[in-house]
Order: sequence, then C-alpha cells, then structure tokens
Amino acid sequence: MLSIQDIHVKYGAIRAVMGISFEVKAGEIVALIGANGAGKTTSLRTISGLVKPEQGKIFYNDLELTSMPAHKIVEMGISQVPEGRRVFPLMSVQENLEMGAFTRKDKNKIKDDMKKIFQRFPRLEERKNQSAGTLSGGEQQMLAIGRALMSNPKLLLMDEPSMGLAPMLVQEIFKIIREINSEGTTILLVEQNARMALSIANRAYVLETGEVVISGDAKELAENKEVQKAYLGL
Amino acid sequence: MTLLNGLLPPYIESIAITVGIYIIMALGLNLITGVTGQLSLGHAAYMSIGAYASAIVSLQLGMPFIFALLAGGIAAGIFGLIIGYPTLRLTGDYLAIATLGFGEIVKSLLFNMPIVGGAMGLAGIPYKSTLTVTFILVVIVIWMMLRVERSRFGRALLAIREDDIAAECYGINTSLYKVKMFVLGTFIAGIGGALWAHKIMVLQPRDFGFMKSIEILNMVVLGGLGSIPGTVLGAIVLTSIPEVLRFSSDYRMLLYGALLVIMMRFRPNGLLGGVDVTKLVKKSIKSITGSNFTNKEKKKVKGGD
Ligand SMILES: Nc1ncnc2c1ncn2[C@@H]1O[C@H](COP(=O)(O)OP(=O)(O)OP(=O)(O)O)[C@@H](O)[C@H]1O
Ligand SMILES: [Mg+2]
Repeated sequence: MLSIQDIHVKYGAIRAVMGISFEVKAGEIVALIGANGAGKTTSLRTISGLVKPEQGKIFYNDLELTSMPAHKIVEMGISQVPEGRRVFPLMSVQENLEMGAFTRKDKNKIKDDMKKIFQRFPRLEERKNQSAGTLSGGEQQMLAIGRALMSNPKLLLMDEPSMGLAPMLVQEIFKIIREINSEGTTILLVEQNARMALSIANRAYVLETGEVVISGDAKELAENKEVQKAYLGL
Repeated sequence: MTLLNGLLPPYIESIAITVGIYIIMALGLNLITGVTGQLSLGHAAYMSIGAYASAIVSLQLGMPFIFALLAGGIAAGIFGLIIGYPTLRLTGDYLAIATLGFGEIVKSLLFNMPIVGGAMGLAGIPYKSTLTVTFILVVIVIWMMLRVERSRFGRALLAIREDDIAAECYGINTSLYKVKMFVLGTFIAGIGGALWAHKIMVLQPRDFGFMKSIEILNMVVLGGLGSIPGTVLGAIVLTSIPEVLRFSSDYRMLLYGALLVIMMRFRPNGLLGGVDVTKLVKKSIKSITGSNFTNKEKKKVKGGD
C-alpha cells in the first residue's frame, strides 16, 4: 500500500532522515519506534507532503507521492493525527471535525461519519459546542483522531497518540486504534511507548538518528534483546 | 443615487465619508490580519496604489467613477499578488517584513515619478466619493466579508490562523488560500484608496506612510481581531476620536494614545473580540420579547487570540 524508498530529509543544514526505507501493507498496523530526534515525525511529515525529501521516493498503491502537494495526498486517502494533537483551539469540537472533512463533498456521508465518531467518542458529543482549546489533553487526542477520521482515510498516520496521557487513557486510545484498524483502516503508528506499540502492531521498524536499525515482526522485536534493553527498559 | 448627500451638515458629512473609507480599509486588513492571522504592515501602500491608479483613470482617461474604483482595486490587488505570492508560501513573518519594505518603496517611487506628480502629488481629481456612494460601498464590503466568513473559504482561513500545520494536514491548500485572501484584502484596500482620492481630490505620497498602516491596524486590533462588527466599530471610534479631540490640538495625539492604552487595558481582545454579535442580538430580541435570559449568557465570550 505504502512504500518509502530511501528518503533523505533535511531542515536547512540539519539532516533529520538519512535514507529510510519501509513498507506498509493494506490492513496492517505498522509501528515506527525510536528515541527522541530519531526522525519519526519527520518521516510522517514527509509522507503527508508537509516536507519534501531531497532524495528518495514514496509510492502509494503504485502512485508516486513524492512531489505531490499535501492537500492532494489527503484527497488520496492518507490522513494524519499530528504530534501534539494540534486541534483548532478557538473552534468548537464540531467545527474541528468539520475541518477534517474539508476535502470531501459528499455532505450526507459526512454527517453519517460524524455520527459514527460521536458513537466512538461519546465524550466528544457531550462537548460538541465547547471550544477545543478548553478540552482536556485526552479529549483533545480523541478529537484529533476523530478529525483525522473525518477525511475517511484508507491509511491513517498517527504521531504519538499516547503522549502525555494517563495510563488508563493510553489503554483506551490503543483499544480505539485497534478498532479503527479492524474496521479496515491501515495504520502507521509512531510511538515512544514501544511496549504498547509492539503489542498492537503487526510489524515494526526501529529508527535511530535518521536510519532504520532493526525491523521485523512486532512480536519478535518485543523478544529481541537489544530492543528490550534500549526501548522496553528490561 | 443622492439619497444621503446633503442630509448632514457638510463638516459631519465629510467625517462620515472618512469613517466609511476607513471601515472599508480596516475590513480589508481584518481579513488579512484578523481572520487569517497574517501580519501586514503596509496596508496604506495598497491604499495609495488604489488612490493613484483611480486618479489617473479619472484624470487622464476621463472615465466614469466606477471604472476608476475598479482600476484602484485591481491595481492594488495585482501588487497584493506580487508581494503575497512569494512571501505567504513561507512560514514565519515574512509578510510583515515584505509589506513593511514594500510600503517604503511605494512611497519613494511615488515621490520620484513625474507621471504621478512626484512630491507635488496629483491635484484636480474630481469629487465623486459622496456619502451615498461611500455608504453603498461600505454595505457591499460588509456583505462580502460576512459571506466570506460563512463560506468554506472563510473556515479554511480561520483554520490557517489557528494552526496552519494542522490545516495543511487536513487538505487545506494553505498557500493558495492565503494568496487568494491577500489579493482580496488588498483589492479592498485599493477600493478604499480610490474613494479617498475622489474625496480629498489631491494626492501626496506622504499621506500614505507607515503611520497610516499602523492607524488602520489599530482599528482592527482595537475592534477585535477577526470580528467584522468589531472592526467596523474600531474604524468608527478611531476615526472620530481625533476629530472630537480637535479642540485640544496640542494634546490630541497624547489623548488618542492614552485612550488606546485604556481600551486595551479593559478589553485586551478588542472591543468586540470574542463576542458573537449575532447571538447577542438574537438574545436581546428574545429578552425584549419577554423570554428569560441571564446577563451571564449575554456576555458569553469565546476567548481571544
Ligand atoms: N522544523 C525543524 N527545523 C529544524 N530541525 C528540525 C525540525 N524538525 C525536526 N528537526 C530535527 O530533525 C531531527 C528529527 O526530528 P523528528 O521530529 O523527526 O524526531 P522524532 O523522532 O519525531 O522525535 P520525538 O520522539 O522527540 O518526537 C531532530 O534532530 C530535530 O531537531
Ligand atoms: Mg516526533
């Protein structure tokens, strides 16, 4: 479904990603794990077209995304839950969700999808007229996920959805990720919480200073001695 | 077409026209800085381009006023595109720097171009900006801005102000929308400039300096960034205060500054910043017609930027 081929990304003189390749197959949950500054966010931003790689290629179902503008990539069915949630603070919960459907024209289906999101996140429905900036961190994360789902994505990129949440909420968010996946959305998940990520992913890639250092089946990686030492604190 | 003209004493009528022109100017800047959050420090430069372009159309080509107005708007809009296209695609405050520089360049070009009279300026521009014409244009611009506010385009602009990266993530072509919005905002400034030229009848480059841009920015900030009724109120207040204070000419600017400071102290989000005027009016009507509502609800504030 998605194939990243040897991408290099720079911010000015800073080399953030130095030749990363990986693949996501339809129906999978793939995790990208790695320490701070490893280049995880940069990889997702490159897939979404928010930054352009200076070298390398990205393919989505045989279509090249590499030089496509971000809004076209959303229209193709790739949506992102950005790092740090980034809800529109002065807009209401409902307006935030409507923004997620910005590229869609099928008004009736948009309404249905909003209903579905409210079913999945009843807390959002209770607060649908509240401005998003006044939501709690967990609620904002739910809103960010809901907003990304409003574009009806086939591939959902999630950047640290568990960041800053209490353990109970982390559990809940991961349960929701699994549900979204089982309903047919492919997921590429970036996480610091390697234990949780490996527990729900099919496969995983470990990034270190802009390069993939280990990759494979998520269960096998969870057993891997080096991974355990570096990322699982065992 | 002469409905309103002569209804008021000439001095008041003249002030009313000036207020109308500043409402138009401020609404254009409100779209750029208030709604979309892009700081422009050269709004007066676009006003001057509209003023000079329209004056030339009137003086050299002798065409009807409507063409002069459109020429003013279009000329300013073209320069809006020239400045906006390269700068608005970058993130950061490049627009502020570019518009600041642009304002100075325009002023010195006007000073040195014989065809627009140089430092002497242009004189003999016909008087066309009557109260009626100005009033009609104010209504049209307010109506346009309300339409924009409620459109898909308007929501995209708000999203860009609130978080441009998130906006981009959800399929908003942020650079395209920003450029379109800037062209519209500067077009409106050009219309305001054309009105100005055909009211004052004499144009001089020094009328359109940096301070004029800041004055217009004050109106938007004072009224409440992003609020259409707020911007209108800000333009009315800040245009009339200097007139009201004219009796104390020595202390005029001092008092003006003090008033600004006091207002910002008590309403930091602007006079109408965060107030949903439509809701407020609906509620007041309800209260007058007898249903119950509390003062708290009336003051419901969305929060500021
Ligand atoms: N906008 C930027 N400008 C300059 N350098 C940047 C920018 N964004 C990221 N970087 C640099 O690129 C490198 C990779 O950053 P990235 O955000 O991709 O890491 P990450 O793996 O997501 O880290 P974290 O887990 O802390 O979110 C870092 O060294 C970072 O300092
Ligand atoms: Mg990151």
